[in-house]
Amino acid sequence: MSPIPAAQHRAIAFPANWPVRLGWTALVLYLLYALSHLELTPARFLAGLEFGRNFLLKLLPPDFARWELLLKGLEESLEMAVLASALGVALALPVSLLAARNLMPGWVTWPARMLMVVCRSFHPVIVAILFVKAVGFGALAGILALTVASLGFLGKLFTEAIEEISLKQVEAIRATGAPFMSVISYGVLPQVFARFIGFASYELDANLRNSTMVGIVGAGGVGGTLFAAFQRFDYDFVCAIILSIIALIIAGEVLTNAVKKVFRA
Amino acid sequence: MTPDGIARREWQRFTPMERLARYGVYLAIVAAIVVSIRTVQVIPEFVLDAPEQIGDLLRRMWPPDAAFYPEGIHAALLDSIHIASVGTALGIAMALPFGFLAARNVTPAGWLNWLARLVLISARSINTLVFALLFVAIFGPGAVAGTLAIAFHSIGFLGRLFAEALEVASPGPIEALRAAGAPWPSVIVYGYWPQVAPAFWALVLFRWDINVRESIVLGLVGAGGIGMALDTALNLFQWTRVAMVLVAILAVVVIAEVAVTYIRKKII
Repeated sequence: MSPIPAAQHRAIAFPANWPVRLGWTALVLYLLYALSHLELTPARFLAGLEFGRNFLLKLLPPDFARWELLLKGLEESLEMAVLASALGVALALPVSLLAARNLMPGWVTWPARMLMVVCRSFHPVIVAILFVKAVGFGALAGILALTVASLGFLGKLFTEAIEEISLKQVEAIRATGAPFMSVISYGVLPQVFARFIGFASYELDANLRNSTMVGIVGAGGVGGTLFAAFQRFDYDFVCAIILSIIALIIAGEVLTNAVKKVFRA
Repeated sequence: MTPDGIARREWQRFTPMERLARYGVYLAIVAAIVVSIRTVQVIPEFVLDAPEQIGDLLRRMWPPDAAFYPEGIHAALLDSIHIASVGTALGIAMALPFGFLAARNVTPAGWLNWLARLVLISARSINTLVFALLFVAIFGPGAVAGTLAIAFHSIGFLGRLFAEALEVASPGPIEALRAAGAPWPSVIVYGYWPQVAPAFWALVLFRWDINVRESIVLGLVGAGGIGMALDTALNLFQWTRVAMVLVAILAVVVIAEVAVTYIRKKII
């Protein structure tokens, strides 16, 4: 063996990584290009800051005088979130069982997966527009839109959880000659139940956030009140609505965390 | 207890308190659903009519108007993606300081942690669309409002998860650097950063993916991008154009998701 030259022997702690540097340059160039497309000029930004200051002054102090209207909107948002989550769980359970590759043959999993991808791809607000056109203004359109979104996300999370289970228990139950439904309820569900509760409470949280927004397109909830106040330049009421939405969302988060703790999910 | 008594003892998975808590949660869930069904204002005729109406809508949408893509969709769609990218980049720039301040091991000052967490929670609780409405009121309709809305909402998500990644970083390398007398910028760059970089890039990619979806709806409130084209087509009841916009959105979202999955596998 020939001796290694000293210069080659010494390793550099942070060596230059050319592909990474190239990637960085490309990323920065793309961002600059995108920025030039968006017409985000310093002059416009400075003008905006002046408007922003006036705007913030108009937001304060929040005006809770019409609290009855506000409360009605929040209540409807909450109900929509609860119903959409319940419907979403009810639909996502069978669909995710169909989509799990370890339980079902390929020709069943693909359609189920496609359905979930389509449901997940559209923002709830866009789905809400379509449902408003289909079933009219009001909470129903919002509930259906949030259900579609829930089916997409819960379906994906449930499917991943089911695919990670241990198949030994499933085989043991199959070996006793149990019918399909018993295999599911004794072999599969006990293994994933705690995680399902965690995902479902996460989805309830997400639905609560979105249920305050779908009202912007007329699908019920406090979003409609918010959008109307914006269009009437009623900014102190806007501020009151935003503050109450934040309170509702934080309360929802605390509640779902408590539920997760009970189920150790 | 006699051996016989032990053999006959009934074993249970949960303590009585745990069981009580579980049944309490079940009861609360059922009660919430029942109360919601009874009080939510849904007209039963509309529910029964819904499948027929949705079928009618889908018939009107078919076939998607492919000719509309080059004239009305392509440029707006690219705008949406640009809004998502620049918004994510701005969001990162604003989230990093709050992330460092919120991490208890990096910033050992309780009141600063608390303050940073408050900022992060508020940013996360205000929806992108609400930020968009605010920024449209400030900067006027257009992509600027949309970009800032995406950036501000992203702070909450990125900052919180980045702080969580920092808090689980191993203290060993950090102590070693401190012992060698390294100033705090070096501790962050050589101690924390190499440990949290993979988590950071995963977060950024994940957020960019979410932001692409969010940037698509921003146009509905006048904040630029493909949403404006969708809004116009909807208001004019041009259903075949609406269908084409939806097909384009679906394609972009799926491509973004595939790209993110691919890049994540490559760099992490």
